[in-house]
Amino acid sequence: MAIAVKERPGREPGPRPNKVKKLVHHGYWWWSLPALAAILSIHYVATGVGFMYSFTDYEGIGEFNWIGLENYTKIFEDEEVSGAIYNTFFLAILSFVLSNVIGLMLALALNRGLKTRYLLRTLLFLPVILSTIAVSYIFRFIFYIEGPINTFLASVGLGEFQKTWLADTTWSIWVILLVVVWQNIGFAMVIYLAGLATVPQELEEAAAIDGAGVWRRFTSVTIPMIQPAIAVSTTLALIQGMKIFDQVIAMTGGGPFGATDTLSTIIYNKTFVYMEYGYGSSISLVFTVVILLMALLQTYLTRDRSGAKK
Amino acid sequence: MFRYTKWTFLREIAVWIYALIVLSPLYLLVNVALKGDDEVFGVPGYVPVQRPTMDSFVTVITGPQGPGLLGGLVTSAIITTIAVSGLIFFGSITSYVLARRMNRLSKGAYFAVLTAIVVPAQLGLVPLYIGAKTLGLLGSSWGMGIIYMGMLLPLSILLYTGFIRTLPIEYEEAAYIDGSSRFKTFTRIVFPLLSPVTGTVAIMTGIIVWNDFFTPLIFLAGSDTQTLGLVLYNFVGGIVTSWNQVFAILIIAMLPMTVLYLIFQKKFIQGFAGGIKS
Repeated sequence: MAIAVKERPGREPGPRPNKVKKLVHHGYWWWSLPALAAILSIHYVATGVGFMYSFTDYEGIGEFNWIGLENYTKIFEDEEVSGAIYNTFFLAILSFVLSNVIGLMLALALNRGLKTRYLLRTLLFLPVILSTIAVSYIFRFIFYIEGPINTFLASVGLGEFQKTWLADTTWSIWVILLVVVWQNIGFAMVIYLAGLATVPQELEEAAAIDGAGVWRRFTSVTIPMIQPAIAVSTTLALIQGMKIFDQVIAMTGGGPFGATDTLSTIIYNKTFVYMEYGYGSSISLVFTVVILLMALLQTYLTRDRSGAKK
Repeated sequence: MFRYTKWTFLREIAVWIYALIVLSPLYLLVNVALKGDDEVFGVPGYVPVQRPTMDSFVTVITGPQGPGLLGGLVTSAIITTIAVSGLIFFGSITSYVLARRMNRLSKGAYFAVLTAIVVPAQLGLVPLYIGAKTLGLLGSSWGMGIIYMGMLLPLSILLYTGFIRTLPIEYEEAAYIDGSSRFKTFTRIVFPLLSPVTGTVAIMTGIIVWNDFFTPLIFLAGSDTQTLGLVLYNFVGGIVTSWNQVFAILIIAMLPMTVLYLIFQKKFIQGFAGGIKS
């Protein structure tokens, strides 16, 4: 960083070269260079190099060899990966559906008339701002073998429903799902509330006067009006759901026997624990393609249809 | 017009019941953290604390984990400050140039920035790690700050550009006529006008960086620089039976963000909702 008082060299006093055409100049174009360079290198060059690594046997040190599609054929034989793909979709789709449905219901409930709606909104949004790792540890306690859930079940005479939860191959992933949804609902709710605020009350009243019932008003007035909110909330929930990592690492570490491994945890383990950079990159590529496809499909499904209707 | 009826009242009660169930984990958190060792073992976590004590907080702060925990708070605060300041500075100045110049080059650059939001960062992680290692950015707060800047700049630019496009140009023209330099026009005229969106950028990226666990796990692995998330991850595994102490640690870790949220809750929620919409 140059010192401010220093004289700028090479600038003669007197009239500037006459190339002023516009009335106002909005900064200098090179102001954007540092940010653009950072984005280019971190998002584009790095991704490109990662793409390249996925065709190698690179292990972080020394030379690497081009091995063509070997990593990719390995992916399809790797049961850890196929299990993780299943779990990723399970978590992504269910968390996407649950957080959006419950979030929308809450937003509708809070939207009009409640006296304490601002307080409720503040409380229900609180989970969103908490650290996922910390939240996961709270739930790890709740579903601990001697934790509150099991002691409660025993105390009300439902002892036979006690489970080891996080060490159970069937139930552990449902606990992960619960934690994810618990944190995401508030987020969906706030986006839907913002969407609902744009629906003019007169429109609903007009529909009511025309004899539309509650459900009809909801499907024909509210839903089309909050289309942008639906698109944003569902897209974000889906991408969030595909990337679940913290909750798994903090609560089960991917176990028992890979029952809660997701693509993110597999990629982390392969790449940064076992140092299989090449193989890890190829799983990352599959992951990237899956996310992009889901995002595209999702954008298509929630596109604004208002123009095409009638 | 809307009237407060019996049904509205029932709706209000229903949402409150839901809210109490949803927030019950936080009740457990505080309840157990306030218990002494005698009340933790053999007593269900949901039984209200009989003799509230700060013992577990004292034990945690003065114990062997204390310095690490406080260090984690400081490290997370430093990294978040570096990243957020950078995202505000570079984000605003870049968006200003991109939004005000409507030539093909700046439109192309903006499109490239937007595309970067959609493409997941996963695939670039290994090269990024190797690059950061080569540049000596691993294991330092500055390195983390710079990595976050690069990762979140597209989001910052998206938010700023959307806002700048709605700003009238007349202020800048007036400043130009009064002889203001380009940089002064930006710092004295434009940047203050951006303060609503600066708030959104600060809140959104601040929460993302403060709560992020994955990036530090990779880029700070094996170093002395440990963020709060890493500290939790390393500690909690070790003292898994003393839940009152674990929860004391969690409360200390969650407190700063929660307090900020409760003070600025309206700004937080508007920041999220408004930022997402644009």
